[in-house]
Amino acid sequence: MTPKPILAAFGQALAEAWAGGAGALLPLGFFAGAAVLVPLGIGTDPDTLRAVGPGILWVALALSSLVTLERIFQADTEDGTLDLWLQTEAPASAIAAAKTMAHFLTAGLPLALLSPLLSLMFLADADATLLVHAAYYAIGGLAFYFWGGVGAALSATVRRGGLLISLIALPLYVPTAIFGALAMTDAPGSQSAPLLLAASALFALAAAPFAMAAALRLAAD
Amino acid sequence: MFSWFANPSRFMNLSNWLAPACYAAGTLLIAWGLWQGLWIVPKDDYQGGDIMRVMFVHVPSAWLAMASYSAMAAMSFVWFIWRHEVADVAAKAIAPLGALWTALALATGAIWGKPTWGTWWQWDDARLMSVLFMFFLFLGYIALRAAMDTRQQAARAGAILAMVGAINVPLIHYSVDLFTSLHQDASVVTADGPKMAAVYLWPLLSSALGHSFLFAALVQTQMRTEIRERRTARIRADLMAGG
Repeated sequence: MTPKPILAAFGQALAEAWAGGAGALLPLGFFAGAAVLVPLGIGTDPDTLRAVGPGILWVALALSSLVTLERIFQADTEDGTLDLWLQTEAPASAIAAAKTMAHFLTAGLPLALLSPLLSLMFLADADATLLVHAAYYAIGGLAFYFWGGVGAALSATVRRGGLLISLIALPLYVPTAIFGALAMTDAPGSQSAPLLLAASALFALAAAPFAMAAALRLAAD
Repeated sequence: MFSWFANPSRFMNLSNWLAPACYAAGTLLIAWGLWQGLWIVPKDDYQGGDIMRVMFVHVPSAWLAMASYSAMAAMSFVWFIWRHEVADVAAKAIAPLGALWTALALATGAIWGKPTWGTWWQWDDARLMSVLFMFFLFLGYIALRAAMDTRQQAARAGAILAMVGAINVPLIHYSVDLFTSLHQDASVVTADGPKMAAVYLWPLLSSALGHSFLFAALVQTQMRTEIRERRTARIRADLMAGG
């Protein structure tokens, strides 16, 4: 087995992210837009905003992942690239993992990097915890994008599959969202939450590629 | 053992008498459990007085919510590994019924919760949340199958999703368990044997068993319909091809 097809899949997904107009800026726009709607909806009381800020960003991150994931396997299915990926000697799970990882790096990681700025808009104190929280968003985002990738692969042949992805993937996001939100509070039991958050991301990394591979073989038939 | 059940004709012969038997057993057990539960047993003021009688529907439906998802995942696994078509027919039939009983568990839980806890819905209750997410897993499964073009695609996509969901269920349950809980602790099955007074236990067990039989009967009816539909489709295709 040579790593070449895997690297090619990774490179293709990176290139796709920047193609087509705004490219990687779109997820950022969606993430920020979803978050800044909240103060308009719930009012501008500083204590309330400070309390809900981290949770709002988790929700916005989950929604952003769902919105951007729709196309990652669909385009390959439509133009036949998927058949070529499956004919290479590289395992389909590795191809799927490479594509999802590239997609996370271009569409998910920037959201985590933007999160300190949005946290300030939710009146968080400007200190080092913002960077720690950004790291949590990055780790949680990894789990979101991999489970969301399973939904994307399963609905790769479905027209207008975006809504389907949401219904499939949201229950799978639950543990990560809970651990992530818990890690940002000082509630009892929150000391171990960062480790559990990392564990849920590792679990997604380990399990999701095999489900994606099975779903992509189905899409290619 | 799976292969023995994999033959659709054998399944049709078996369910021909087993389904009516399950309907009869389910109806009788539920009727006795409800009669005992609603009229005979004394009310328990600690659990909110007369409203605790909803337990005789709530606990069996919660138990069936868990059991039906496990059954659907197991059937999906059998189909995915051995490609036994009857297993796929079973998984397809279980999904909407499982969703129905899961919704029933949520609804009766809310009805019980309002007078005892003072609220319809309790976000920091672990079991409530687990059942809610199981409901969403069922909905996703049904929607995914419906979106696929062919029966074979629907079976494969559904099996993958059911198995992915099954490996996540323990994780979901553990994560929501981290929240504090208002729910009373599990009291039917404990290490020291049942804690519940026998006067409640027997009607409850009868009701739970009855719901299980009724569920099995409805699944068999659905499966029989599905198998007949597939046979009809094949006959029609043969007629079209042969003229």
